[in-house]
Amino acid sequence: MQFFFEVLIGGLLSGVMYSLVALGFVLIYKASGVFNFAQSAMVFFAALTYVGLLEVGLSPWAALPATLAVMIVLALLIERVVLRPLVNQPQITLFMATIGLTFFIEGLAQMMWGANVRGLDLGVQDEPIQWLTDNAGINVSKFDLLAAGVAAVLVTALALFFNRTRIGRALRAVADDHQAALAVGIPLKQIWAIVWSVAGAVALVAGLLWGARNGVQYALTFVALKALPVLILGGFDSVPGAIVGGLIIGASEKLAEVYLGPYVGGGIEGWFPYVLALAFLLVRPEGLFGEKIIRRI
Amino acid sequence: MFYREAGQFKTSYDADLAIFPIRQDLIGVALIVAVAFIAVPLLATPYVITGILIPFLILSLAALGLNILTGYAGQLSLGTAAFMAVGAFASYNFILRIPGMPILAAFVAGGIVAALVGVVFGLPSLRIRGFYLAVATLAAQFFILWLLTKVGWISNYSSSGVITAQQIVILGYAFTTPEAKYLLILSIVFIMALAAKNLARSNVGRSWMAVRDMDVAAEVIGIRLMPAKLLAFAVSSFYCGVAGALFAFAYLGTVEPEAFSLDLSFRILFMVIIGGVGTVLGSFLGSAFVVLLPVLLSITVRYLDSNLGLRIPQSMISNLELMLFGGFIIFFLIVEPHGLARLWQIAKEKLRLWPFPH
Amino acid sequence: MRAITSALLGIALLVAAGGVAAQNEQFIPVLSYRVGPYAAGGSGYYGGAIDYWTLVNLTGGINGVKLKWEECETEYNPSKGVECYERLKKKYGGATTVEPLSTGIAYGLFDRVAQDKIPMTTFGYGLASSADGRVYDWVFPLGTTYWDQMAAMIAYLSQKEGGAEKLKGKKIAFLYHESAYGKEPIPVLDAMAAKLGFETLKIPVAPPGQTQESQWLQIRQAKPDYVIVWTYGVMSTVALKTAAKVGYPKDRLLGVWWAGSEEDVVPAGDAAKGYVSASFTASGTNFPVMQDIKTKVYGAGKGNLEDKSRLGNVMYTRGVVYGMILVEALRVAQAQFGKGKVMTPEQLRWGFEHLNLTEARIKEIGAAGLFPPIKTSCSDHEGSGMVKFQQWDGTGFKQVTPFMAGDRATVRKMVEETAGKYATEKKIALRDCTKDY
Repeated sequence: MQFFFEVLIGGLLSGVMYSLVALGFVLIYKASGVFNFAQSAMVFFAALTYVGLLEVGLSPWAALPATLAVMIVLALLIERVVLRPLVNQPQITLFMATIGLTFFIEGLAQMMWGANVRGLDLGVQDEPIQWLTDNAGINVSKFDLLAAGVAAVLVTALALFFNRTRIGRALRAVADDHQAALAVGIPLKQIWAIVWSVAGAVALVAGLLWGARNGVQYALTFVALKALPVLILGGFDSVPGAIVGGLIIGASEKLAEVYLGPYVGGGIEGWFPYVLALAFLLVRPEGLFGEKIIRRI
Repeated sequence: MFYREAGQFKTSYDADLAIFPIRQDLIGVALIVAVAFIAVPLLATPYVITGILIPFLILSLAALGLNILTGYAGQLSLGTAAFMAVGAFASYNFILRIPGMPILAAFVAGGIVAALVGVVFGLPSLRIRGFYLAVATLAAQFFILWLLTKVGWISNYSSSGVITAQQIVILGYAFTTPEAKYLLILSIVFIMALAAKNLARSNVGRSWMAVRDMDVAAEVIGIRLMPAKLLAFAVSSFYCGVAGALFAFAYLGTVEPEAFSLDLSFRILFMVIIGGVGTVLGSFLGSAFVVLLPVLLSITVRYLDSNLGLRIPQSMISNLELMLFGGFIIFFLIVEPHGLARLWQIAKEKLRLWPFPH
Repeated sequence: MRAITSALLGIALLVAAGGVAAQNEQFIPVLSYRVGPYAAGGSGYYGGAIDYWTLVNLTGGINGVKLKWEECETEYNPSKGVECYERLKKKYGGATTVEPLSTGIAYGLFDRVAQDKIPMTTFGYGLASSADGRVYDWVFPLGTTYWDQMAAMIAYLSQKEGGAEKLKGKKIAFLYHESAYGKEPIPVLDAMAAKLGFETLKIPVAPPGQTQESQWLQIRQAKPDYVIVWTYGVMSTVALKTAAKVGYPKDRLLGVWWAGSEEDVVPAGDAAKGYVSASFTASGTNFPVMQDIKTKVYGAGKGNLEDKSRLGNVMYTRGVVYGMILVEALRVAQAQFGKGKVMTPEQLRWGFEHLNLTEARIKEIGAAGLFPPIKTSCSDHEGSGMVKFQQWDGTGFKQVTPFMAGDRATVRKMVEETAGKYATEKKIALRDCTKDY
């Protein structure tokens, strides 16, 4: 039983890490209807810029705002150069453009900072909490709890932002209907710039946490593949969906690997989240919390 | 001046329904086919044939398959490479286990197996649409690769899951030289492209396009969605399966499941989008773009490096190639979101008026 | 559009038509990868090889013959690798050998190198059964193959336990990258388990392997005596960190050589201290040849590495050793076919097949202790089968054992069996090794 709880908790906590990446996707999809595949490249770029600046000699307290500034500039450039010319194009075209953007950002990141693998130390070690190990026999990593805490703060902040502020309302209006939003005077370009900057900041947070966990290297761009089932499950445009989806995917993936895996030879973590999300979709075609698409003839 | 239909009258329904109704089009295409079949094997260097034309043709066949699914039937799919893998491994097994099986029949059989797998993974499309379907097809991509690596029987219990494709021998003639392989692939692609073009113009193709444009309306006027969508998946996967078999037999030779990774699926999707969604020509143009562009970039950057004496470090060159590739994709999407096929269409329309301005 | 395509094809035809071969230059195409997930290791490896060749060129070449190389980015992708090979194989008078540093690309080139008659080396990786030179005459898995490495690992564990008999009844877990690379050594692991009587627990990790909680919790429950970590890329780092997270003792982890370089252990931080991994080359700058590179190559500003601190890293030294073995093979070929002449691929193949790098010769070229003696032959394209084990202490890798081999006899039998199966399937006649080619 104890083992089961350990696997479950481990799964939930890794699921939180997936949600952090998924949040970036959700933000952009919610506000501009673009499925930004380049989010993972942005995560990589953010983490790499941070450690690069640290290597150059900045202190962590200086590097953080500097990286944030770089991410905001990058976000603004993307919005201006890639998205604005492609306004009103079908979703698939925008998706492809973001994939092209992924290559560009990956190449840029490695050209600027080199291909070396670097460690990232956030001060919290990835070791079990002694107290829990001694008393309950369960290993819960301090780092994972930090990630969960950060995710909770981020989600709360975003929820407040979207629901309580003027800009948040404007974002939701833009997500609903671009033209109607324009008609009531919402400045579309500014809104998009803000959304992409926030997504850039979220990418930075995700990049720091994943980079500290796995090392800052090219493989960070693959976390998107873990975030996609989270998105399907939770719905592409729902912030709570990203979190709930992340928890479900993380837990089920680990439990399946441990309990179902041995019967089929193991290694099912690669496809199980996708098949699970697929099963969910058959029941709710827009994800758990996604907006129901009403089609009219 | 030269490109106009004035003076070309059709005197039978058949003539009116021809694929290339304008005579100049027909002559142009016939010329290109002749060049491809006759001039290229004689004149091109083995490098161009093996390194550029063969992958171009094989991948355009796969792009054609994806175009049928995404362009004509509107079902977005990211599992193309997995269906290619199914075709490759299935063909290998057919030849291995059925003594005396002709290679072409094995390719067809491999394609049929891929089609059946495609139908299974296409079932969710009855309920899911758009990006959700795309991400669901990723389930196909990952699951199929896992299965191919896991089940030893499929790779004949080789220790690493790798298969070595058998030699292509048709009617006693062994296809070992690059030119022979090229001609074989060209013939197969030609026939299948012709079939795809006709499929698109037929009843079936029209029902697909109706489903793509507005499936609720299509259902209302009596098109049954399930057969239409599943048929699209089946035909598309058949094309991808044959392309995968050619990829393994006539290109790489020895292949592991990772050769059909998600990266390849994305490349084929690029070809479809950049070439032009929903057109047969688009598959070829897109494939040419995606296959040629990295090679040209690499050659150009290296040429500039060595001749201008810039001494750019190799890693910067590699990263530059990647950045330029991404940049070009974005550029083309901005310039012509409907793809290169649309650019060609516009060129043809302008050509009709030439040399007059309007 | 067609005009543009054909114009572009024309340019490609022209430019790919080949560079002009300079007199007395031996051309080596370098199929490298400097972007993508394995770029960190790749750039180190190629940096090492190119630095050594630069050193050789600066010190007079091989009896006057200088080396010429050109890189082509493969991104670790089989199709791109094949295209790069095809593009470069006729340039500058013809490629003499190729080393793709990727199992996938090597597979794609197997048939081609046999047809084009260009020897391909798969230094420390690749298809283990290609060590049988009677079947695979153009492929050279020099150094040590995965099968020999696994055998050596079992030998090391026996050593740790105090003898091969002590392994009976123990449990050894095998955490592997779910791909051809990861599955390759399983037959040898099973054979050794049957022979020595230990239990195995095989746990696959789906690539890229960013989260491994489920695998390591399973391992913790099963409580094996040792865990062999057969991963690559980020999977290695995550394996080390997750092992620490679940509290599995680090000194019971044993890593394969592609999971034991600075790129894997540095990001893992403290979790990697005490981790032992295999290697077929030593590392560090404490060798005469490394010092030579430092002074003569980097001193003249011709070094290939952008980050000079990587000189002496595991992947870098591997590249240097590959460069050295290639040069030695050229020397052997030149001694046979004409000193001071540019070697043809067939002649270099002969050179690869008649390598006899003894301890004395290795000392002569300034690499004493850097790699083990290599002696190839017509039937044995591997030549060494030896591995040494190193331990990471937080700042560097320290040697824990000298170069040692495992049960090579059993492995050789398996090699011949598998190669024989391949030969009958493809209807290849076994070469007669009593004749000298």
